[in-house]
Formats: sequence, C-alpha cells, structure tokens
Amino acid sequence: MWAYTARRILYAVPIAIGVTVICFGLVYLAPGDPVQMLLPPDASQADVEFLKKLYGFDQPIPIQYFKWLARAVTGDLGTSLQTSRPVLGEVSRALSNTVIISLGAVILAFSLAFVFGTTAAYFVGRPIDRVVTGISVIGVSVPNYWLGIVLIIVFSVELGVLPATGMGSNGSDDFTLTSWNQLKYAILPIITLSMVPLGIIMRSTRAAVAEVLAHDFVQTLRAKGLSELSVLRHAVRNALPQILAVMGLQFGYLVGGSILIETIFTWPGTGFLLSKAILTRDIPVLQGAILVLALCFVATNLVVDLLQTAVDPRIKRA
Amino acid sequence: MTDVTVGSNLGSNLLVDDAPALKVRGYWATVANRLRYDYVTLFFAAVIVLIVLAAMCAPLLAPFDPLKTSMVYRLKPVGFRNFLLGTDELGRDMLSRLIYGGRMSLLMGLVPVVTATILGGMLGVIAGFLGGRTNMLIMRTVDIFYAFPSVLLAVAISGTMGGGMANGLIALTLVFIPPLCRIAETATTQVRNLDFVEAARASGAPTWSIVVHHVLGNVLAPVFIYASSLISVAILLAAGLSFLGLGVEPPTPDWGLMLSTLRQAIYVQPYVCALPGVAIFITSLSFNLVSDGLRQAMDVRI
Repeated sequence: MWAYTARRILYAVPIAIGVTVICFGLVYLAPGDPVQMLLPPDASQADVEFLKKLYGFDQPIPIQYFKWLARAVTGDLGTSLQTSRPVLGEVSRALSNTVIISLGAVILAFSLAFVFGTTAAYFVGRPIDRVVTGISVIGVSVPNYWLGIVLIIVFSVELGVLPATGMGSNGSDDFTLTSWNQLKYAILPIITLSMVPLGIIMRSTRAAVAEVLAHDFVQTLRAKGLSELSVLRHAVRNALPQILAVMGLQFGYLVGGSILIETIFTWPGTGFLLSKAILTRDIPVLQGAILVLALCFVATNLVVDLLQTAVDPRIKRA
Repeated sequence: MTDVTVGSNLGSNLLVDDAPALKVRGYWATVANRLRYDYVTLFFAAVIVLIVLAAMCAPLLAPFDPLKTSMVYRLKPVGFRNFLLGTDELGRDMLSRLIYGGRMSLLMGLVPVVTATILGGMLGVIAGFLGGRTNMLIMRTVDIFYAFPSVLLAVAISGTMGGGMANGLIALTLVFIPPLCRIAETATTQVRNLDFVEAARASGAPTWSIVVHHVLGNVLAPVFIYASSLISVAILLAAGLSFLGLGVEPPTPDWGLMLSTLRQAIYVQPYVCALPGVAIFITSLSFNLVSDGLRQAMDVRI
C-alpha cells in the first residue's frame, strides 16, 4: 500500500513537469509580442526594452523556462497586465468560488445519480431503466451553457424567483452558503453544472451495480433469505468505490472546465477569470489560471486513485 | 423474419432464436441486421441525415439571406409575419441562420474528430506496434495532455492563439488526439502479441504488411466507435468555443455564436434566444445515440 502510494505520487511528478512545460509554451502560441500588448501603441522603444527585461523576454527560451519555473514554484506567477495585481492571488481567490459551485454540483449530481442509477440497475431492461438511461444520455448531450440560459429564462425572466447573474451584493470575498441572500446566486450555476456529471455518474452507477448484481454471491444472499433491500445494499457497497472514483474525476473536470457556465452566470471563479483574460489578452493571468487548474486536476486524479486503493482492498495495483 | 441466422441471436433480439441455424452470417451482416431492428438508432441516424442535408442545401431551403440585417424587424417573436422562427438582434431571419449555422457546427464537429482519428490513430498504432522506447515517448507525452480537462485544453490553446475558425479547429484536434491515441495503442498492443501476427512475421511478411493486413483490421473498430462518440463532444465544445468568442467569427451564422450574441436579449425575446441551443442539443443528442447504437451493434467494448 505505502509502496504503491509512493510510486503513484512519484508518477505524478513528471506529469506535473509536463504541465508546466505546456503552460509555459502557451505564451509562444500567442500571436504577436506580449510586451507590445502591455503598452500603448505609441510607446517608445526604451519602454519596450525595459519591460522585456522586467519580464525576461530577452533571454533564450530554456533559460526563460527555468526562470519562470523557479518563480512559479515559489508562488510568483507574474502580474496581471490588466489589474497589475499578482496572478496567484487573483487565481486563488477565484478558485475558491469555482470550488463552491463545483462541489455543490457534484454532490447534487451524485445524490440523484446514485438513487436513479441503482434503481435502474435493479430493474435492468424495465421502463424505469430506459428512462434513467435516457436521462443520462440527455445529461451528456445537452449543451450546458444553453441549459444555463434556459434556466435563467425560466427562473429569472419568467418567474423572477432567482437572480440571473453575479454572486450577491457582497461580492466574492465573504460568500457564505448559510445565508439565503447569497446562496440563491449559486443555485442556478450548480444545477447547470451538475448536468454532465449527473449523466456520467448515473451511467456508471447503473453499470457498476448491475455488474455486481450479476455475481454468484448475490444469488447466495437471496438463497439465505435476505430481503431484497439488504441484497441491494450488499451490491451497492461493492460498487461504491468505483462510483466514487468517477465522481472524483467529474469534480476535477468541473473545476477545470467551468469557464462556460461561469461566463453565463458571471460567477467570479477561475472560468470567469479565464474568459476575461482571453477577452483582454491578459496572457499572465491566462497562463497562471491554466497552470493552477491543470495542477489541481492532476492532484484530484492522484487523490481519487489513492483513495480508491485505500477504500477497496480488492484493487491490487501493479 | 424468415431469414433466421446464427448471427442475429448475438443481439438483444431474442425472439427468433429457437429456429435452427440455416447459415452463418459474416460480421458486417450481423451488425447490419442488429441495426435494422434498433429503431432508436435508426431514427436518430435519420435526424442526422436531415441536419446534414439541410446544411448542405442551405441556399435552397433558407427563406431569407442569413446575413441580411433589418433595423425595423429586430428581435421579432416566433411566427412574426414571414419569419417562422423570429429574428435576431440585427433583424436577421432566425430560421435561415439556423439552417446555415448547421454548416459551421457540423464542420467544427466533424473535421477535428476525423483529423484527430487519423493522427491519433497513427500515433497509437506506431506506439503499440513498435513498443519499447517509442511507446514510452509517445504515451508519456499523451499522459501529459490527459492532465488537462478537455474544455480547459481547448480554451487554453485557442485562447492564447486568438479567435478564428482555424485556431478553433487546431485546438479541438489537439484535444482529441490523446484519447484516440490511447485507444489505438491499447488495441494494437493486444493484437501485436497474438499468434497470427507471430505467424505472419515467421512467414516473412514485412512490417508494413503486418500492420496493414493484421493489425489495422482489429484496431479500426474500437477507434471508429470511440471517434463516433467524440463527434457529439466536438460539436458541444466547438459551439462552446464560439460562444466564448473563440471559434467562428461574426457575422458568419454559427449556433454557438448565435447563442452568445442573443444572450443579451433574453429579457426581450427569451424563446428566440434559446433556439440555437435547441439545434446544438438535437445534433449532439443524435450523434450520441447513434454512436451508442453502433457500439452495441458492433459489439465493441472500450
């Protein structure tokens, strides 16, 4: 177990390094000179040179990478070209907001998916199973940015019961889920974000539970006279580690991929930060946010893997 | 149902199994037979054909010029005069724009998947067949791209390169290469060690011939099925990029872009604004269901 844990963590290191190389390389994908974008068009050549030195754009690329990496490791991801504030601060503030709605969405998705997926697995081939399978296909096929707009139309425009955008009058700094006045801003984003994980978790729950129910030991349980509910409980316990792993991965996808939903609801998370950075061509913020999000995703995968091994002793990893 | 065969009882169709086997069907005949009774797949395949036809024949079908603006007829409701589905924020006919918009959305959905299937499939077969260091190099690089959620990777690439359709296509292609490469590599590695490959090698067949005749046939099915399931993802992602202003540029009609610009008008014409999303939804749902149906009919496990 410990050997596996150590190996799995070591395996994540080259991936993390690869992620930094890609994020660093993003700057070179950008057309034009980032220095020019920082300055007004009529800036003097001296200003350009000064900024080039300041940001280190005048050195060979490998040196630039290692310098950038050394700074990134110490938490210095540069300064936003727009706000002149440190990128790391902006990203981490936004990240907590993204985690709020992603966590909410994945919990909502899991609760629904677990109940319906298990029911479908128990009644394989019956109408209820067809309905659940249908819902899960819809969940992964629906453009969730469109669903967000539809929800705004229904709940904000037509019914007027929930706010359409933003994060409440207090802004993002002291957001609490206990106060309805703030919580109501998170409801529509959470529902919208939960659609894709709902479809995927539901599908895997159905598959996992149905697979366990087909095992011989289930017949033994029935033969010794257990009630159907207890049989189902046994099946679910066997399938749960696998389902939780899927849920963990979905959480990672939500945190990394919330850009569209946050743009629609102007929810001040990392996605919204990214879309603002794209619009204003704020390359340091773009780079920093992508780096942090990708590393979060690597970390989530790692934790999910380790937890799954810890919870389910049957998984013997090579 | 007179042509009862052995092949047909592999599917879910259990009604005809009691009859004696008359002849053994080939693989593709079996697949076709399974599909013939899969009405859901057939229906949504027909929907896809209709959407593709509509996009191809857009100039014939569209009642108006999709680019013709009108200050008088801005944001009119569904069914207003000749505008069957209303008009957008610049007074352009929604129905015409939706028909034309299918062109961009299908293009942005299909081109990256096809390109990535060819490139990723090739990389995967090379990695799987050669093994050793080449495999290490290719597959570990692929692992790095797996560290990015697909939306984030697409946004990262097209966001830094700037908007425009070409950059969007490149971004989406890069997003889909890693998963396809992995599928192809797994399938190739499995086939490589089978006896018939060994036999071919022993009888002196050159490597390219082994790959073409023995490996590809076994790799194509899983790669093809996986690629078909990516089309729906590609359409959603492409429309998402356009929605963020990173894909197709205005005034070209594109479902994602239309959704994005009409978003400002939800308080004026909420139902008209939701229409482009309906088009995206139906298209992506159809591709998803047809892909599922094909997977079941071809009996491929990924």
